[in-house]
Amino acid sequence: MTLAIECRKLSFAYRDRAVLFGISLSVARGEMVGILGPNGSGKTTLLKILSGIQGGRGEIKLSGKDIACYGRRSLSKIFAIVPQENRVNFPYTVAEIVLMGRASYHSAFALEGKEDLDVAHASMELTDSLFLSDRYLHELSGGEKQRVMIARALAQQPEILLLDEPSAFLDLKHQIQIFELLLRLNSERGLTIVAALHDLNLAALFFPRLIILDKGKIHRDGSPADVLTERTIEEVYDIRVRIERDLSGETPRLFISPWLKQ
Amino acid sequence: MKVLDRRKMIWVNGVLLALLALSVVGCTLFGPVHVDLANVLNNLFSANPDAEILFRARLPRVLLGVAIGGGMAACGVVLQALLGNPLACPQMLGVSGGASLGGILGLIFFPYWLVPIGGGVFGEVSWVPLAAFLGALMSMVLVYRFSLFHGRLHPYHLLLSGVIFNSFIASVIMFLNSIVDFYQAQGLLFWLMGSLSTRAYMTVAFIWAYIICGFLWLWAKGVSLNLITLGEETAMQLGVETKALQRQIFVASSLMIGAMVSVSGMIGFVGLMIPHVMRLMVGSDHRLLLPASFLAGGIFLCWADTVARVLLAPAELPVGIITAFFGGPFFLFLLYREGRRKLAL
Repeated sequence: MTLAIECRKLSFAYRDRAVLFGISLSVARGEMVGILGPNGSGKTTLLKILSGIQGGRGEIKLSGKDIACYGRRSLSKIFAIVPQENRVNFPYTVAEIVLMGRASYHSAFALEGKEDLDVAHASMELTDSLFLSDRYLHELSGGEKQRVMIARALAQQPEILLLDEPSAFLDLKHQIQIFELLLRLNSERGLTIVAALHDLNLAALFFPRLIILDKGKIHRDGSPADVLTERTIEEVYDIRVRIERDLSGETPRLFISPWLKQ
Repeated sequence: MKVLDRRKMIWVNGVLLALLALSVVGCTLFGPVHVDLANVLNNLFSANPDAEILFRARLPRVLLGVAIGGGMAACGVVLQALLGNPLACPQMLGVSGGASLGGILGLIFFPYWLVPIGGGVFGEVSWVPLAAFLGALMSMVLVYRFSLFHGRLHPYHLLLSGVIFNSFIASVIMFLNSIVDFYQAQGLLFWLMGSLSTRAYMTVAFIWAYIICGFLWLWAKGVSLNLITLGEETAMQLGVETKALQRQIFVASSLMIGAMVSVSGMIGFVGLMIPHVMRLMVGSDHRLLLPASFLAGGIFLCWADTVARVLLAPAELPVGIITAFFGGPFFLFLLYREGRRKLAL
């Protein structure tokens, strides 16, 4: 088993406010990892540090090599990030946005070549966004936008896909669509996926490995059944839930009722 | 899937280049004094007043207008990209103020600091553009430092501190203007108001050199400029060395703004309006947007200056009045339309 990411003792602080303390974790190539945790537990910061966008204290190795050895250009061919927020102030078409994922593959002055166009085309096809290609990004709905962002990430032909709450603003159907797409990318293409997630039930359903962050530390790391226990949830989220198994007997399901508090 | 291809690049730039050439010829022929073209062409090599007006007075002025219009528009495009804000312009970043202050200090302390070219045969080149460039660069760096938190550039702060810095600089300039002697103050005021009044070919050539260098430098960053409009972090993760890019944008645009301010002061609205219009017409891809805006800015200022020359002939209006007169209402219209479109979503 080769490791895609290996990090040791990652810490990060905004001047006086510490966000992450001593995080050590490794992700194997082809793994699918969900990162859970309450708001402000450091999920987004962790993703940024892992991908080298944010500097932090500690050690990160990609395929055994220190992250500092990579330039931005080569990092962008290893990692693709689907950010939580994607505000675009300029009128770009979907095709233009997706082609931006190819920036590291051609010079800053040149036009995109045939290969770039083919890859962009295939990524849009895969994310069911090809029919949007000539529309403006700011005209799209939340679900469509999210698919375009994933298409751009795929156009980078990354080894590791990082997503920051990919289903945050989506309705149930689009949430499921996105997760099914991730599952497919993982099993068919062997893409390593690390996603910060909000919905614990969906996380348990789609991600074989979950990590719960609490106040900048790893609280639990393991399979959904190991991680999502009534005790852990109460410790981390400070609410009481009831956990049952679904029909397969493996995937935990959370039930939240206000009266469980007492 | 429609994407930017070579055909569109050549087509758009070709049409604009042709329009620019026509404008240069047209604006040169157009003026308060009628020029007999036949007379000029028949006696090209002998002294005659018509040729004198055409080639000594009008043509250098028109060429200067093209350079400055193009430079303003190109700077507008890149500063808007840098700030991720389509309503940014050189005036807002404190760059123009810094350039003016630099130029003024140059004028006060080194008034005779002229470099004769070819023993003075080709005229003299002033150090003022260089001083203005340094002023522009220094103010940009300063404003930048004040907008950097946790290693990230915050466009909102950049915009705000730029505006504040510009008014601060304005007061410094007023102060300097009141302590120098009367003769110097007159010179400073004249310089500050700026105009496209006729200059020697050598000056025009130097301004062109500054502007072309800056422009080509920025144009070569086309795709990176596209990415930086999406925000610093997104650009980073798509492979842009953002800090290096920001620095290059600062230096290149300061170079251009310094050169422009040193001859013509800040001519408003070109840097705001032209990029906006061109974005609507040719799209937001900077590989095309930048050259198209440069050419369109050249065309626009060329005609605006012609209007300024002939409207109240023989008196002359500052060209800034013309650009603001057309630019202001137009800009309000754009703003209104954009607001309506956003609210309709």
